[in-house]
Amino acid sequence: MTTAVTGNELADTVQRRFPEAVEEASEGALRVAPDAIADVCRFLREDALQDFDLLSSLTAVDYVEYFEIVYHLTSIARNASVVLKARVYGREAPALPSVVGVWQGADLQEREAFDLMGVTFTGHPNLKRMLTWEGFQGYPLRRDYLEPPLPYTWPQGG
Amino acid sequence: MTQGAGSQDAPGFAAYGQSFPPPVVEWDMDRIEGEGIEQLKWSAQEAFPDPEIDVPEDLQNNIAVTSVDALLNWGRRNAVWPVAFGLACCVFEMIASAMSRFDISRFGMEAMRASPRQADLLIVSGTLTWKMAPAVRRIYDQMSEPKWVIAMGVCATSGGPYYQGYSVVPGVNHIVPVDVYVPGCPPRPDALIYGIMQLHDKIRKYSVSHAPAGGTR
Repeated sequence: MTTAVTGNELADTVQRRFPEAVEEASEGALRVAPDAIADVCRFLREDALQDFDLLSSLTAVDYVEYFEIVYHLTSIARNASVVLKARVYGREAPALPSVVGVWQGADLQEREAFDLMGVTFTGHPNLKRMLTWEGFQGYPLRRDYLEPPLPYTWPQGG
Repeated sequence: MTQGAGSQDAPGFAAYGQSFPPPVVEWDMDRIEGEGIEQLKWSAQEAFPDPEIDVPEDLQNNIAVTSVDALLNWGRRNAVWPVAFGLACCVFEMIASAMSRFDISRFGMEAMRASPRQADLLIVSGTLTWKMAPAVRRIYDQMSEPKWVIAMGVCATSGGPYYQGYSVVPGVNHIVPVDVYVPGCPPRPDALIYGIMQLHDKIRKYSVSHAPAGGTR
């Protein structure tokens, strides 16, 4: 069974290395400053004691006041996992550093978060729409998204 | 019939002396007519062969005469080849209907073609998104006439549970003309086979003298 490393257990390690980074540590996750997320991820991957060599999942959640980007990290050798989170504020252009340089697998997942949630990952090599098409208006998984009225949609929008 | 049978062989010639030709009398005419009838009768003991259809001996019992419509529709109906093409979960029911338990090869539809140019039937099996729609339209355009479309499942029929979705086509009849709709989510292979048989009934009604089979938009 995979060991779930709590945010509390990881907080001290990250704090020693990045004193400004940790915003909140809880049982479920470790929340770090969005500007530091790429550095923290690189440390967690390359540090021999942590060795989180797999990004299982990268997703974004819309809390209306802010977007929360969730990273599920897995260490195959240690059979351990941990959850990282980062909050970005503002609905116009939420942005945080990309982790494609740390895990190649983040490529498509960051594109998906950009496509559906409108979160920009700075430093991503190919950040463009993936599931919807070029020219699609808006970001459809946002809480305030409304489909423009079409002949087959309800008048109040989808 | 004035000099008709007035040859020297004619019976009763001597009765008229040397006069030649002999005078034609009623009795002679009747006898000549009777000879003709006798000759025809004995030469017509064998019936003529029917001249309309000359069937070579090695093809006998292998030829049937029918109308062009019936022949064309019979051929089209029993060899409807679908495109090997699937979009979503419905495609597994389509695959299952081609497997041995349900076996659509009983209807001549088992030959899934990998190229749309060899296929007659497009089974749109599953949710069609707007991003996929140009590809489906292109497959349809590449198929040769006559061609038919089955919308399999409620997503292909109307968008189904994703009807109001931002990314889903609300029915593939927005993209290609549909001949048969098969409801279900997903439809069982039985339902797909029933839809195929409905398509067979539809093909049966086409006529070369009217609209071409497999309509285009």
